[in-house]
Amino acid sequence: MGLCSSWDGTISYSEFFDAARALSEKWKLSNSACPPWTWICCKKPFWVSLHEEQGYLSLENFYCCSISKEGSYHDQSQSFGEEPVDDAALDDPCAPEVHQYDFHIVYSASYRVPVLFFRGYHCDGQPLTVDDIEKGLPANALKTLKESKWTFMTREEHPYLNRPWYTLHACGTSEWMKLMFSDSSSTQHGAVVEQYLVSWLSVVGQVVGLQVPLEMLKSSNLKPPFSSD
Amino acid sequence: MGAVGSEAQKLVWEGTIPLEIRLHESEITTYPPPPPALILGPRLGYLPLLAQQVKPYFSDTLPPGADTVWFEYKGLPLKWHIPIGVLFDLLCGEPERPWNLTVHFRGYPTDLLSPCEDEDSVKWSFINSLKEHRLDIQNQLVDSVIVAFKLRSKMIEYKPGLGFTGLPKPEAQARPMLGKIESFLRISSKLKLGIVGEEGYSTMTSCSIVSRQTRQTTGDVDTPGPNRTGRIPVRLYVRSVGDDVDDFGDITPVDNWDEISYVNRPLEFHDEDGKLLTLYDALKSVLPELFEVEPSIAQESSRMDIEESRTTETTSNPQDLENAINSRCKETKETPDKCQSQCFPYRKTEIKLVRIQGIEPKLVIPFAWVVKNLTNPDHFLHISVFVNASRDQPT
Repeated sequence: MGLCSSWDGTISYSEFFDAARALSEKWKLSNSACPPWTWICCKKPFWVSLHEEQGYLSLENFYCCSISKEGSYHDQSQSFGEEPVDDAALDDPCAPEVHQYDFHIVYSASYRVPVLFFRGYHCDGQPLTVDDIEKGLPANALKTLKESKWTFMTREEHPYLNRPWYTLHACGTSEWMKLMFSDSSSTQHGAVVEQYLVSWLSVVGQVVGLQVPLEMLKSSNLKPPFSSD
Repeated sequence: MGAVGSEAQKLVWEGTIPLEIRLHESEITTYPPPPPALILGPRLGYLPLLAQQVKPYFSDTLPPGADTVWFEYKGLPLKWHIPIGVLFDLLCGEPERPWNLTVHFRGYPTDLLSPCEDEDSVKWSFINSLKEHRLDIQNQLVDSVIVAFKLRSKMIEYKPGLGFTGLPKPEAQARPMLGKIESFLRISSKLKLGIVGEEGYSTMTSCSIVSRQTRQTTGDVDTPGPNRTGRIPVRLYVRSVGDDVDDFGDITPVDNWDEISYVNRPLEFHDEDGKLLTLYDALKSVLPELFEVEPSIAQESSRMDIEESRTTETTSNPQDLENAINSRCKETKETPDKCQSQCFPYRKTEIKLVRIQGIEPKLVIPFAWVVKNLTNPDHFLHISVFVNASRDQPT
C-alpha cells in the first residue's frame, strides 16, 4: 500500500509492535554499547483483552551526565562563537553527576502514537526531581518546558506500572510525524512503519538526552515490510 | 438556551457523595482531636478541590510545615485524577455513607501518586483528558470549560452537642454546590464536543429509548458537531474480588492500586453495519475473555436484548436503571458461565458488577445512551467492573 497523502501520522497497535521490533534491532546494531530496547509483556490479567496493548518497549539503566553539553548554557546567552564554559560553571556549581534513566515507549490508544515515559535516579538511588531533570534538559526543551508547563512534560501515571513517571505529552505527535514522512521517498507503508519509531525517537530522545545514532536514520534497503495487520 | 441536559445528565451532574473526613492521627497536635469534617463531595469533582474547605477546618491542629493535601481510604492513597464518584464506586463494594476518608497534609506519597501542587494540577489533568479525546481543543477555550465545570462543595459542620449545622435544605442541597450544567453543555457544544454524533442521536430517538431531544436548536448558533469518529473514550477500572462473593460489604478492601486493572480505550457505539451496540457489546469488546460465547448465541441474545429494551424500556428515566440493578446480574451471568467452564475449567471467571455513576445498569441498554448520559465532564465514560478472578490466574 502506498503512503497516501491522507495518512494522519498515526499508527495502529500492531504497527507499533512492528516498529518497536525494528527500532530494537537497529539499536542493537548501531548502539551496542548502550543497553538494548526490550519488549516488556503486559502484566494485565488474562481476562483483559489480549489482542491489544499487551506491552511496551523499555530501555533501562541508561547513564547520562547531568551537566551535559548544550544543556547547561542558557538560551539568552547562546551564540555560536562563544565558549559556554563559564556559563555552565555558573549554572551548575556542583560537580557533574551521572544520572541513571529508565525509558519506556508506550502506545497510546487514544492518540494512536507512541508516548515516552521515563524516570531518573541520582547515583545514590534517589529519584530525580523536576528540577534535577530540568538541569539536564537541552536549552530548547527547557524553554518549551517553561512556556508550556502542563502540556509538554508532566509527571503522570504510567499506564502499566500504576506509578507516577515523567512523560512527554502526545498531543501534536501525529502532526509532526506526518511532516517527517511527508517528503519521504519511501512509498511503502511498511517502510514507514519500520522507520517510524526510529524517527520518532530521534526527536523525542533529544529532549531527554537520548541520542539516536545517525546511521539508524539512514533508510535501510526496503526489505519486505512487516506484516501490519 | 441552546443546550439543555437530559434528566439523567442533570441527575449525574448534581450527584454528591457524603464524605466524613478525618485528619490522620499523626498530624493531630491538639487535644481533643478535631471532629471529622462532613462534606458533600461532587461525584464529578476531584479530591484536591475539596482542600479549600477541608484545610481551614483542620489548620489549627496541624503541625508546622508545608501543606500538600492527599486523601486515603483504608490505607490506600487515593489517586486524585480519578473523579470522586469513580473512586467511590470502585473502592466501596457496598456503598458506604458517609464515606470515611482520611486526609493528610504531610508526607505526600510521591512514589505512588502523581504530584498535585494546587488546583492548577487538577485543571491541567482535566484538560489533558479532554485533549486525549479531542486533540484540536484550543488552550484558550479550555479555561471556559473549567469555569463551567468547576464544582464546589458545601461544608457541613459538626458541632459537639449541637449536631450538624449548615445542613442544606433538601431542595437547595445540590444547587449551590455545582457549576451550571447548562453553561457546561453550551461550551461543550461550542467546542464541538458532541458526545454522540448526530447519527447516534437519530438512532437512539428512533429506538424511542430517549424520549426527548437533548439539545434543542432554537435558532442558536451552538449546534453540536458530530463526533468525528464515533469512538467513545472509555476508562475501565477492573477490580478483582474473591470467589463466590455475595456480599460486597465483605470483600477485602483494595490496599494497592496494582489490584486494579486499568484499561483506557476508545470504543465504538455501533458496529460496522451501523447496528447500535449495547453496553454488553461494548464491555465484551474490551473484556472478551469474560464474555466468550459461541457467536451465534451471543448475537441472538444481543438481538433479543435490544428487542426487549425496545418494548420495555421506553423511558429514559434513570430511576428505571436503578430499579434494574438486580435483574441485570442474572441475565449476564448465564452466558459467560457457559464458556468459562470450557475455557477455564478450573475456575469460572465472571463479571460480578458493573457500576457507572453509582448506577448498576442493565447491560442491554444501548451503549450510546450510556455514553450520552453518564459520561464525565472530561468526556470519558468511567466504568467500574468487579470480577471474581484473581490476578495471578494463568492464561
